[in-house]
This record gives sequence, C-alpha cells and structure tokens, in this order.
Amino acid sequence: MRRLAIDTAIIAERNLIRLKRAPELLIGFTVQPIMFVLLFRYVFGGAIRTPGFSYVDYLIPGIIVQNTAFGGFATALGLNDDVRKGLIDRFRSLPMSRAAVLAGRTLADIATNALSMTILLITGLLIGFTFHTDFLHGAAGIGLLLLFGYAFTWFLAFIGLLVTSPETVNSVGFIAVFPLTFISSMFVPVASMPEGLRQFAEVNPFTIVCDAMRHLWLGAPAHNDVLGGVIWSLVIVAVFAPLAVWRYRRAAGG
Amino acid sequence: MSESSNRPAIEVEGIVKHFGDVAALDGVDLLAAPGQVMGLLGPNGAGKTTLVRVLTTLLRADSGSARVLGLDVERDAAELRGRIGLAGQYAAVDENLTGLENLTMVGRLYGAPRASAKARGLELLERFDLLEAGGKAAKTYSGGMRRRLDLAAALVASPPVLFLDEPTTGLDPRSRLSVWAMIEGLVAEGTTVLLTTQYLDEADRLADTIAVIDHGRLIAEGTSDELKDRLGGERLEVRLDEQSDTEAAIEALASMSDERPSCEDGLLKVGVRRRRGAIVEAVKRLSEAGIGVDDLALRRPTLDDVFLSLTGHAAEAGEDGESREQAA
Repeated sequence: MRRLAIDTAIIAERNLIRLKRAPELLIGFTVQPIMFVLLFRYVFGGAIRTPGFSYVDYLIPGIIVQNTAFGGFATALGLNDDVRKGLIDRFRSLPMSRAAVLAGRTLADIATNALSMTILLITGLLIGFTFHTDFLHGAAGIGLLLLFGYAFTWFLAFIGLLVTSPETVNSVGFIAVFPLTFISSMFVPVASMPEGLRQFAEVNPFTIVCDAMRHLWLGAPAHNDVLGGVIWSLVIVAVFAPLAVWRYRRAAGG
Repeated sequence: MSESSNRPAIEVEGIVKHFGDVAALDGVDLLAAPGQVMGLLGPNGAGKTTLVRVLTTLLRADSGSARVLGLDVERDAAELRGRIGLAGQYAAVDENLTGLENLTMVGRLYGAPRASAKARGLELLERFDLLEAGGKAAKTYSGGMRRRLDLAAALVASPPVLFLDEPTTGLDPRSRLSVWAMIEGLVAEGTTVLLTTQYLDEADRLADTIAVIDHGRLIAEGTSDELKDRLGGERLEVRLDEQSDTEAAIEALASMSDERPSCEDGLLKVGVRRRRGAIVEAVKRLSEAGIGVDDLALRRPTLDDVFLSLTGHAAEAGEDGESREQAA
C-alpha cells in the first residue's frame, strides 16, 4: 500500500510537470471551455426557455459538468501516447506498483480539472451567473464535480488504453461523450425532448449530476440527484478502473 | 550470489507464444552465460521482441519456462523487475520531462529516495555525455541523445542483466558507434547483455554468442566465427576485366573448389579448400588462360552469407506483414 501511494505520487508529479512543459495542453483546458460558455450563453441562450432560472444560471452548472467529461480526453490521449512511445513498457518493467501509473495519471487530472473548473466559474460569474445557495452547498457542488470528473477519467483511461491511435481516441471519445453529454439536462430542460430521447436523458448520469449541481448551486428541487451523482461516480470507477487496469497489464508498446 | 557464477544468466526452455494464428515464438531454447553479450539476430517479425518481452515480464508465454538470474519470469516477476534493465526499440523517455527528471523518476520508481535518485541520474547523464542537456526537456533531444537517455534509464538501478531491443535501429552511423562503445563499456564491468538486432555488423561486433532466430524458431547458435565456419572455408572473389570471360574463368578455377564457382553481378565466387597459396594459384591459372583480372580478394564469409544460407532469404529485407514500423 505504501508503495502504491509513493509511486502514485511520483507519477502524478510527472504528469503535472508535463502540463507546465506543454502549455498548448492548457489551451484545451482554458480557452475551449470559455468559448463554449460564450457560444451557448449568447448564441443559443436567447432562444432557450429555462423555467425558473435565467439561462446563464441554468447553463453554468451544466457546462462545468460537460467540461469535466471533456477533461478526461487528456487522460485518454496521454495514456495512449505513453503506450505508443513505449513508456508503459518501461513502467511495467520496473519494480513499481502496477496500479500507480493509472492512479497517478487520474489523480493529476483532478488538478487540471480543478483548474479549468475555476476558469469556467470565473467566466460564468463575469457574464452574470450567481449562486442562489449558501457556501456549504456551493462547496459540496465543487466536491461532486471533482468526484464525478475523477470517475469519468477512468472511463476515458480505459478508452485510451483500448485503442491504438490518438485519432481513434478522439473519434471513439467523441462518439461516446457527445451524445452522452448533449442528450441530458446539460444545456436544455429534458422536458423539451421527444419521446425516447427524453427517457434516455432522464436516466443519463449527466442529467443526474447536472440536476444535482443545480440543486447545490441554485436551490432547484433535489429529488435524489446528489446521492444519485455520488452513486453513479462510484459505479463508473468500480466498472472502468478494473477494465483500465486489465488493459494496462496487456498494453503492448509499438 | 554464489550459485550465479556458473549458472547461466538467462535460461529459456521451450517458450511458445502465439498471437492469434501466428506463432511469434515456436519453442525457443536459449542459454546465455553471465557477463557475456548474447546477440539475438533475425529479420523483422522473427520473434526477437516477443522473446525480450517475455524475459522482461511484459508478456506471458503460452508454454515453456524462462529464468533470468535464476528467477522465474512469471512466478518471481516482481523480484526480477528489480534486477533487470530494459531499453526498448522506442526510446521510452517522457518527452516533457528533462533528462535529469526522467532518470530521477525512474530511480524513485525503483524505490530510491529522491536525493539519491537524482545523484544517480547526474552520474548517468555524465557517463552518457548528456550532462549539458540534462536540464532541457527530452523533446528537444536528437534521436541519438534520446536513445542514450533511454539506455541510461535502463541502467539506473545498475542491473546485472540488461535487455536491449534493437538499440541502434534508426540511429545515424556516429550515434550507432557511440551506443556500441557504451554497451562495450557495460560488458567490461560485468553486465550480462541480451541484445536483439537485425544488423549483422552489430551482432558481429558486440555479441559473444549469436542466436539466429527466424519465424519464431532458433535456427543456429554459436560465436560469429563458428557460424561463419559452417559455410566452409574462405572464398575467393574475382572481378574480371571482361564479362565475356566468365565461363572460361569458371572452367579455369573450378578444380580449386569442391563446388562449382558461382557468379553474381559479375563477381565470381570460388569456395577454396585451402587459404594458403590460393591467390597465387588463381592468378596463375587465370593468366595462363589469358583472362584479365580487375580485382581479386580472399575473404571469410560474412554473417550475411550465413543468414542467406540458413534461412534462404537475406537478413535485412523485411518480410511479411509483421514488420514493425520505425519509430518516427
């Protein structure tokens, strides 16, 4: 266990140094989300009805959830790169903890997630978003975002180890992540969707997490969304962490 | 360890590994003596990398067994990893870390505290002529520098056994020579090296024993000289002034050899029974027959000749779809 903790810290440190050396990665974490916020707020926002809330209040919790999902692409692409460059072979030939490479990577991605979340929140506040709840609820929302983002990273870690090229990571990731995030309450109320799509959106974990965020930040009715978001996060980790570790053990360089 | 002095450093028995229908390793047996360089020679797709992956615990064999330093590659994998170093085909360094950060990270993952991992990293940077570049991100390094850094990373824990998978593939001639010199330095210090290569001159220069592998099978094993001796004695190579004299020259020289002289691209090859006097004899016969000679030399067979005669195809031509792409 001690080995796992130390090795995880070493790998997390390595992944954070990378971020400093490859500032182009940071653009993905900063400029892109800001662009999305502005597009939705000013291009679609005027046409979307969100009963009970102004669109900017409705939008910001949703778009921050979306951003945590897209943040996982860095994990997928990074791991894919490590496999192709033979780094995973090197790690696997070392007497280090076998889970640490993935644990360190996903841990480092919590930091990048927190960074882009902060940038989005500041952008949101600048264009008129306001918290309707107290500090404790606000903080709980941030906690839920980090937890869900961490869980989703494991899904993309699995994708990154499953496919052979970064192009495939991107297309598989987008095919999976775009419908998942858009067919939810992320940008529009679910009630406006046609039959079939609506039922899917209602059980979609992204809807549950977005609704939980709107409860924690805006005081929207809670239902069981916060608990649901936590449970979904744990389920995603329980399913995809073992799958990712299984792929890691068989990953072949070159 | 007292028992290690006589025991082979690497013992491979009947290793089989299939990928789908393809037998990457089809029952390989191999023994490598401690402190020596075992060269695994074969074309792309022969199974060399697969064998290295099995021996470095990265891949499980379907059947057979293998031990390194007496440690079973499956049962004792965790302990074995602490005692081997691996430098693969792809210069596995983190491009966004500096040379020193790469080596320090590897040292810490071997369990060393940060300070001593860093000290060891600096020592290796100096040894591999990277001290000046040690503070720069590895993405700014040339191919040769990356390969040296990769080799340094494999040596962080001073492993008694080192696996080098095509250590000079893709390098320019000068970098190649410097990597060779570094490998020779390690061997002089007592490291056992298993080296895969598709370059005959590399095996010839570095390896004490060469194992020739093709289609997942070991097809020959021995020292470079032993392999060359298999082809019989020396060969006289004659280039004629006039191509039209070829038949006459073959007639004139035929009785010097047990087999009929051959001619390829205007170069006449005669396997001679005795080295002594062969050149004088050949010149005398040719001049008596009135045949002009442009060039004439006696040479030992090369590993190229060995490979051609063992496998029926040349060594450096990649074959079937299995050939790996070069790292960019």
